[in-house]
Amino acid sequence: MDATRLHTLVVLVEDKPGVLNRIASLFRRRAFNIESLTVGHTHQPGLSRMTITMYGDQVHIERVIANLYKLVNVIQVADLTDTPAVNRDLALVKVNAMAEKRSEIMQLVDVYRARIVDVTNESLIIEITGDEEKIDSLLEVLRPFGIIEMVRTGIVAMARGAAPNPSPNGYVPQQG
Amino acid sequence: MKRTGAQIVWECLVREGVEVVFGYPGGANLPIYDAMLDYPIRHILPRHEQGAAHMADGYARVSGKVGVAMATSGPGATNLTTGIATAYMDSVPVVFITGQVASRFIGYDAFQETDVTGITLPITKHNYLVTNVRDLTRVIREAFYIARSGRPGPVLIDIAKDVQQATVEDWEYDETPIRLPGYRPDLRPLPEDLERAVAMINAARRPLILAGHGVLMSGAMAQLRQFAEMTRTPVAMTLLGIGCFPASHPLNLGMMGMHGEAWVNQAIQKADLLLAMGMRFDDRATGDLKRYASGARKIHFEIDRSEVNKNVRVDLALIGDLKETLDQLLPRLKPADHGDWLEEINEMKGDSAVRDIQNLPDYGHLYAAHVINDIWRYTNGEALVVSDVGQNQMWAAQYYRHDKPFTYITSGGLGTMGYALPAAIGAKVARPEAEVWVIAGDGGFQMTQAELATAAQERLKINVAIINNGFLGMVRQWQEFFYERRYAATPITSPDFVKLAEAHGLTGLRVTKRSEVEEAVRRARQTEGTVIIDFRVEQEDSVYPMVPAGAALDEMIRRPLRNVLIETAETDL
Repeated sequence: MDATRLHTLVVLVEDKPGVLNRIASLFRRRAFNIESLTVGHTHQPGLSRMTITMYGDQVHIERVIANLYKLVNVIQVADLTDTPAVNRDLALVKVNAMAEKRSEIMQLVDVYRARIVDVTNESLIIEITGDEEKIDSLLEVLRPFGIIEMVRTGIVAMARGAAPNPSPNGYVPQQG
Repeated sequence: MKRTGAQIVWECLVREGVEVVFGYPGGANLPIYDAMLDYPIRHILPRHEQGAAHMADGYARVSGKVGVAMATSGPGATNLTTGIATAYMDSVPVVFITGQVASRFIGYDAFQETDVTGITLPITKHNYLVTNVRDLTRVIREAFYIARSGRPGPVLIDIAKDVQQATVEDWEYDETPIRLPGYRPDLRPLPEDLERAVAMINAARRPLILAGHGVLMSGAMAQLRQFAEMTRTPVAMTLLGIGCFPASHPLNLGMMGMHGEAWVNQAIQKADLLLAMGMRFDDRATGDLKRYASGARKIHFEIDRSEVNKNVRVDLALIGDLKETLDQLLPRLKPADHGDWLEEINEMKGDSAVRDIQNLPDYGHLYAAHVINDIWRYTNGEALVVSDVGQNQMWAAQYYRHDKPFTYITSGGLGTMGYALPAAIGAKVARPEAEVWVIAGDGGFQMTQAELATAAQERLKINVAIINNGFLGMVRQWQEFFYERRYAATPITSPDFVKLAEAHGLTGLRVTKRSEVEEAVRRARQTEGTVIIDFRVEQEDSVYPMVPAGAALDEMIRRPLRNVLIETAETDL
């Protein structure tokens, strides 16, 4: 039996009105739970790329992929879970930082190769990019200082190696 | 050439081979209707947009073509939704064209504005909102292509009113190939999977075919028959599969599932190989999934990959068009006999025959089973039957035996009461030469009985058998079995159906005894125009056998022999 684990799906879709709604509606209707979903442009006009992370066993994830393919605007889906890939999440963390704590926080930021992007007398905003574990770990060490607010983009992923994955299958944008 | 958006709609429909449109005009589709008069397409006006949707659905199921239904924005479009969902659940190709308020008003809660593409998103195969007349031709071509290809289904096109009114000076029909990079309706099974299937089929000792709607949609009736005859494999059908294999064929078992014959369900549970062809293991067909055919390996012949391993985990899936897949498979199969297996199934039939009310005398009662059996007999089994939903549907499926494909139409997946009469109108329009019979309950019939006026206006000849038991019968049956006979909200009165027919200029008959059935059927067949027969049947009769919800497929409630005998004794006094 396959175990339930976190899967990373990359979905190439036509950039048409309502596509995000179609994907969201599919996940809601079939009761598929999303951990994170990001969407943005690709280098090809007319093509958007989504990264979806979700928990499930292999059979469940295959059902999700099959349902995604039923959407006419979905060009290609790849499950990068077992593929060598770069996974990146970006977080902005606003943390309490009175003068006496500031150098301690800045040391931690260095250790995590994060950056400080905003400073006030009482606070810092820290920007960190990395995989989810790295960000979770930084959040853990920052928590004792008092996190004021935090935002994460959700995972974006790209397979390592020269070939595109998923491949856009010779997609040519439509005129008009 | 110079064309308005409204004209482009009809230009495209003509080129798609559309002969008839079922629709209702209103403010937001007036330009389309105005242009209609210049095009050679028949239009049928229902009395409610739901009727238009079911008519287009019935037309599509019977003709194999794409049905077309139209409505205006707002309430016109929302009235279609039950019909859209019905077509979606049963994979019926229908293109729905709705008018939308002018694009500058969209989002401003204009009069009769509704987010129709939003509402229909989960009940269409795909949908479009057209706000630029330059997109219109491409969208209509794509819509028809998507509706009929792959696993068919409904597609909706919402056209803003200003698009209908806009003019294109240099319009030309686009003949270029349709380009939908994300749409792959043409998947085929892998050669190694076909090899595995051949090995599994040739090794099976107790194989059984589960034949569904996909056999009909794919047109694989001949291949199915060849498969069954060559390998001597018995065939069980789903509700929507009825007609895909001749009922009179010795290898036909009958309908499976909640109200399937006992031996069919028992055979499924005892099989060692299930060949699921164009069926989706609906819960009404399987009973409790944990105890479903646990000794059987399963091969799923399926065009829609998302159906594989959805309800039942299968050992092998052959994804693709069923007819093509069977064509590849048939030459590699070894002829088989399976005599012991067929003999075992035959023995199981014996017990069921005793309990079958069809084989019992009526003792003065009018049983629905007898009515439908007699309609079958006196129409020589050749009618195109459109049943509604509920007890009438199950009795129709059990007692009208279909030897030909596309002669039994019903709302299976959605179970839409009120489907039968409008769908029958669509079926009759598709096949004017066919003898069309509606079998409906008194409840469902009243939901869409307004469409009698449509049948009258179009001078369509349909025979309507109302199985009138004064109850919402299937719900009453569940109340009897599972809710201690507390008949909450199920008793229902009806208008005088004979007078109702007469009020429409049609003919109405009433039958209260079995001895009157034959004469009524004969009169209905001979009478010009639509005829309603009000069959006043036993009020508290139930559909047997029944697999209760959650029970395993072979755990059936059987017709109690004792009850039949007691009733018999009382009547004899």
